Amino acid sequence: MAWFSACSIPAVPLFLQVLGRFNRARAAQLTLPHYLCQTPLFMPVGTQGTIKGLTKNQLEEIGCQIILGNTYHLALRPTSELIDELGGLHKFMNWPRALLTDSGGFQMVSLLHLADITEKGVTFQSPVDGKPMLLTPEESIQIQNRIGADIIMALDDVVRTTITGPRIEEAMYRTLRWIDRCIAAHKRPNEQNLFGIVQGGLDPVLRDICVRGLVERNLPGYAIGGLAGGEDKDSFWRVVAQCTAALPEDKPRYVMGVGYPLDIVVCSALGADMYDCVYPTRTARFGTALVPEGVLKLKHQAMANDIRPIDPMCECMLSRDLHSSIVEGRFPEFVCKFLQTMFPKGDVPEWVCNAMEVAGIDISSCCHEMKV
Amino acid sequence: MEQRKSPVRGSAAGQLSFPNSDSRSAPHNPQRPARFHLSGPPYLLSSFSGFSPAPVQPASLLPCFFSSLEGISPKTISNIGGLHQMLSLHQHIFAAVPRDSIIALPEHDSTNKYGASFQTPGGRLLIKPAEYVELVSSMKPDFWVTLADEVPAWVSDKRNRTSVDRTLRWLDDCLSLNKTGTTIFGSIVGGSSIEERHRCAQEVAQRNVSGYWIGGFGLGESMDERAALLTAVTDNLPEDMPRHVSGLGLPEEVLQGVAAGIDLFDSTYVYHLTLGGFALTFPLERNKGDNADYQLSDSGGDDMKINLKATIYRKDTSPIVESCNCFTCQNHTKAYLNHLFNVHEMLAQTLLEIHNTHQYLGFFCSIRKAIEEGKFEQFRRNFVESRRECLFAAASSD
Repeated sequence: MAWFSACSIPAVPLFLQVLGRFNRARAAQLTLPHYLCQTPLFMPVGTQGTIKGLTKNQLEEIGCQIILGNTYHLALRPTSELIDELGGLHKFMNWPRALLTDSGGFQMVSLLHLADITEKGVTFQSPVDGKPMLLTPEESIQIQNRIGADIIMALDDVVRTTITGPRIEEAMYRTLRWIDRCIAAHKRPNEQNLFGIVQGGLDPVLRDICVRGLVERNLPGYAIGGLAGGEDKDSFWRVVAQCTAALPEDKPRYVMGVGYPLDIVVCSALGADMYDCVYPTRTARFGTALVPEGVLKLKHQAMANDIRPIDPMCECMLSRDLHSSIVEGRFPEFVCKFLQTMFPKGDVPEWVCNAMEVAGIDISSCCHEMKV
Repeated sequence: MEQRKSPVRGSAAGQLSFPNSDSRSAPHNPQRPARFHLSGPPYLLSSFSGFSPAPVQPASLLPCFFSSLEGISPKTISNIGGLHQMLSLHQHIFAAVPRDSIIALPEHDSTNKYGASFQTPGGRLLIKPAEYVELVSSMKPDFWVTLADEVPAWVSDKRNRTSVDRTLRWLDDCLSLNKTGTTIFGSIVGGSSIEERHRCAQEVAQRNVSGYWIGGFGLGESMDERAALLTAVTDNLPEDMPRHVSGLGLPEEVLQGVAAGIDLFDSTYVYHLTLGGFALTFPLERNKGDNADYQLSDSGGDDMKINLKATIYRKDTSPIVESCNCFTCQNHTKAYLNHLFNVHEMLAQTLLEIHNTHQYLGFFCSIRKAIEEGKFEQFRRNFVESRRECLFAAASSD
């Protein structure tokens, strides 16, 4: 575990220092136990303790700063006890930079039959032998303590934003009750940073209550959860904007499950710092390359005889460009160039225009006259 | 292309040079001596002595098979500029060989007078000499092997004779179709008949080729009968021309080939090991003691390989081989590899292939050094005996 002892950095496991701003957007240095990161940053998903097919050298070369590991999968194989016995996930993978683990709750709900959420925790059928099992907030934190990542996530009651009704309110309040259980169960607060997750669906009142509740607990960082699940983009950016406005300035904001390069640019303009998504790794498996203009479907017949190189813009590089453009005071120009490349005809989606207005970034040069 | 061999009978160490692919259009550029090693399955290894004792980045020889290029047209490969460009491996040397021991095994039943038949994942493929030459010319390899009619050991004498006749005819076809003056290895077959092997080798030796490719091995013959068949071929070939054989991959088979005068090998041994999760573990360092004996290790019965999927490695925090300086052993533990294999992650095979390749290359390096020091027979004996001891120990411990 590496401690950074620059004179102005206190000895806590997380420290955020903002280096540059443009309105709500910020570029910062995020000091974690294993690595000194630059934000905005993107975390590729390394589900089972590896980013598919890439060696650690290759990951370092492309500028990867934090990798996300899935608690559910790792607890299954090789088990958190084994990882702990062998010195933690960093040592197990030989990954010298930072790691983040999720709580395991989301995988359970999305992957398993008969998963159900009660006040106790998430009940599910063991995928190994079918026996009923229970993942409580306490158990989730214990597993994550054993795995040893720099950032660990609270177990939250996550509902899709496409659901309506009282379930959303129930989930939000339960998330607040569970954060206290997570905090109590956390055995390594000096080495691992517990992030709370803001829930509340698309309801601004619920979101506000949740933000206040979490901020009261003075956590090292905050995630905006429950999005990136199929809701319309106009609702999506509004929730992000509301949360980033209300969350403390000196703590990182992590929008979970985001995503597409365009979403990352918009959320960064609105003041978010961290992102994760399976999108780049998953889409690569299907033969799709991410390029500044959008995507290239490499498996298509049209590509069979195309001898030009791909022009890669991987998510890690996007976030690096975001960071440097904010620090160097040219963020609006960067955003405009980004949008012009992606929408050469000027057909920037309306939700992006609305979001940029709130973010205080003038993108009129990229947009043709929008229909009202 | 030139070759210089040291005047040692039987197994020989030498140096094989190819013109740098960049200098093909400028024949006055100095030739770059190449030290061959493997790269990617299937690959090519050599028993040539190294150009320098330091671990210089060796050029690698890669067989490339027309069948693995299904889906990409020869025209496109040509437009890109050939294999070196397409794979972005400019420092490497490519050989085009018709047989792919993984995905395009020769189908001797379907081969006919028009062309050679191969069983591929996309179905059966019949390729004629003219098509073959066209494909090869689009790939622009450094050298290529003429189309052959390979048959396994158990075919009838008549079929075997036909395969030799056909192979010679196709060799002449390929030579006459070769407009670009590229480097060609003549193919020699003959199955399991000493006479036919003699005949084919003698005939090919009379042709204007730059080296010899020996086919029809690794198709079911036994190791015992193979030794005589190999020497039946190599005895008829000029000393100063390279001999390349496909399909011999086990270390003992390689040693057998080297003893018979073979210089270049390609095999799928490492590929299959990696698929099964096996890691090569036989130690490669020479005994540093002052006795002249060639020993592979001083630990008595050494084993060749381990299976990383085995549960005993779940918590093993040591590298595959302690003294190995491949990327995998320098960075990762058996425990991590065991986990990756168990969860079917791609990285498992990437890392294991790196290690196995490194080990196997090291084996060839040891062979070359042994030859240079005039101790090859001893080296071979020690190796084979230590294997026997280990197998005996394993059997008697049951």
